[in-house]
Amino acid sequence: MLVWSRSGRLVLWLLFALLFGVLFLAPLAVILLSSLADQWNGVLPNGLTTEHYTDVVKGQAWNAVKASLITGFLASALALVSGTWAALSLRLQGHALRRLLGLLFFIPSAVPSVSVGLGLLVAFSHPPLLLNGTVAIVMIAHFVLISAFTFGNVSAGLARLSPDFEQVASSLGARPAYRLWHVTLPLLAPYLVAAFGLSFALSMGELGATVMVYPPGWVTLPVSIFSLTDRGDIFAGAALTMILVVATLALLLGLERITARATGS
Amino acid sequence: MSAAAFTGTSVMDIDAAKVRGAGSNVHFDKVSVAYGAHVVLHPLTLDIAPGEILAMIGPSGSGKTTALRAVAGFVRPVSGRIRIGATDVTDLPPYERGLGMVVQNYALFPHMRVEDNVAFGLRAQGADKALIGERIKDALGTVGMLAYARRYPRELSGGQQQRVAIARALAVRPRVLLLDEPLSALDAQIRRNMVEEIARLHRSLPGLTILYVTHDQTEALTLADKIAIMRDGRVCSHGPTTELYRRPPNRFTAEFLGRANLLPVTVAEAVGSKGFATARHGDALLTGAGRNEKAGDKSLLCIRPQHLSLTADSEHTNRIVGTLREVHWQGELTHLVLDVDGTPVRVSATRLPIALPEPGAKVPLFFAPADTSLLPEDAGV
Repeated sequence: MLVWSRSGRLVLWLLFALLFGVLFLAPLAVILLSSLADQWNGVLPNGLTTEHYTDVVKGQAWNAVKASLITGFLASALALVSGTWAALSLRLQGHALRRLLGLLFFIPSAVPSVSVGLGLLVAFSHPPLLLNGTVAIVMIAHFVLISAFTFGNVSAGLARLSPDFEQVASSLGARPAYRLWHVTLPLLAPYLVAAFGLSFALSMGELGATVMVYPPGWVTLPVSIFSLTDRGDIFAGAALTMILVVATLALLLGLERITARATGS
Repeated sequence: MSAAAFTGTSVMDIDAAKVRGAGSNVHFDKVSVAYGAHVVLHPLTLDIAPGEILAMIGPSGSGKTTALRAVAGFVRPVSGRIRIGATDVTDLPPYERGLGMVVQNYALFPHMRVEDNVAFGLRAQGADKALIGERIKDALGTVGMLAYARRYPRELSGGQQQRVAIARALAVRPRVLLLDEPLSALDAQIRRNMVEEIARLHRSLPGLTILYVTHDQTEALTLADKIAIMRDGRVCSHGPTTELYRRPPNRFTAEFLGRANLLPVTVAEAVGSKGFATARHGDALLTGAGRNEKAGDKSLLCIRPQHLSLTADSEHTNRIVGTLREVHWQGELTHLVLDVDGTPVRVSATRLPIALPEPGAKVPLFFAPADTSLLPEDAGV
């Protein structure tokens, strides 16, 4: 325990509550209230209504939810496979090459997402790589932006995995593919699930690159929210934001339960 | 070479050959391992006979684990060959070598029940269900863990986990069992019990060849038929366990394998036909078992602490006098530390005279010539 005195601990708790409340809870509370606000002229809304939810659900909300979920799921799955593959392969390389290739994987996450979108737009605007105006370019944008996080998570998991497990498996007669499927991947499961969850959450909230490349008919939730608020429809944008938050939270909680069951914790 | 071509590797072949009681020898032929310019194992030539337990012991970094990992296939020798039975396994991947391995931290697969851990090797090799069921019962029965088959490793104690790890290695009926410091993670009491259990296990599987790597001399002395003592990547002595303990060929072996008092002596009379030489330590003329010492040679006379007595009899004919410095009572044993002409000498005794002399008193010590061994003084290795 860093602080022994009761009053010291109380002060720290109050400071934490203040920071957490102002930085995390207040914006979410404002969005929640906005999504339910009839009108908002004072400190608090004048009245509450579910009309904005009804409007967005009747409009394009469902399509946006569907586009975001499919994009997030496919891009995360692809990033998980490639990130795991890269982490497993780089583990076998020398230290220098491992560091260099590892850094390359992280470059897209250091570049503004708008720039990534712009780069893809330019790169895939000419035959034979003409993907402009397709769903594929949205998937690629999300994949490029989130793959560094899956790679990082899985690499961290592999670093914590004792080589004894795989060596004992080999000595018992397990060939590499059998060993990977029955020993390495199950032992990495918590990290794989965490990597997928993080990638999915990032993809669900991705706007910068998507807004550069999205085709008509594949408008994700963040793009819809941006469009609504840009048009001044703040309350509908807030309702759509709450739908995004609930959808993402539901999936993350589900993944957490799967991880807990897999690890027995 | 395929797994099928490696005689005895496949479960079916092993079963047909009734491997139980038919282990293989392991032969190191000038095996050397290096990481870049750093040599961790100098050319090693060594044989482990079928059904033998060879303990490799030595301090950290002595190369013993590297030698085991070379047999397992996890490090590649830069030169030399390794043969298991008639097969040269040097270029075979680990999964084609037909071995069982137990490591220090057990490495039980935490997502599998005990029975699935034990079945792992058999399933990996494509054994049929009936055989797997039979082997699970057999292997778990051998280590007394049949009642725990449905448990997960996290539900077992350290000792139980190590038993399961041994069962898992035995289930594939390995030609050679590799034990890499298997008891190091256990506490002292459980470790003592497990050493006895492994000894019992080997008695029930007399054909099983075991390479046992440890830094614990008690484990090596209890279990091994032969011991190889490693130092700085080299074998500094190798031989039958009792022989190596009773007649250590050099100072390092004498001091690493059990406790040893090493008295500097000068050989007075060369080794005779009965294998004894006389040697002088100060004023005392002592008789000790020698090899080929000649008169005038500087030597060390090795005497184990338990072979020193405070009373003389017809066997204990050698006599030295020391000054008592310390007395340590440890229940079963009492240790006396004396100074004999500047050389510290330790005595371990189960029974001592009721009235022990006070520290500072001159105490005569007696020992039998047959309990001694003359070592070359300059042989550090």
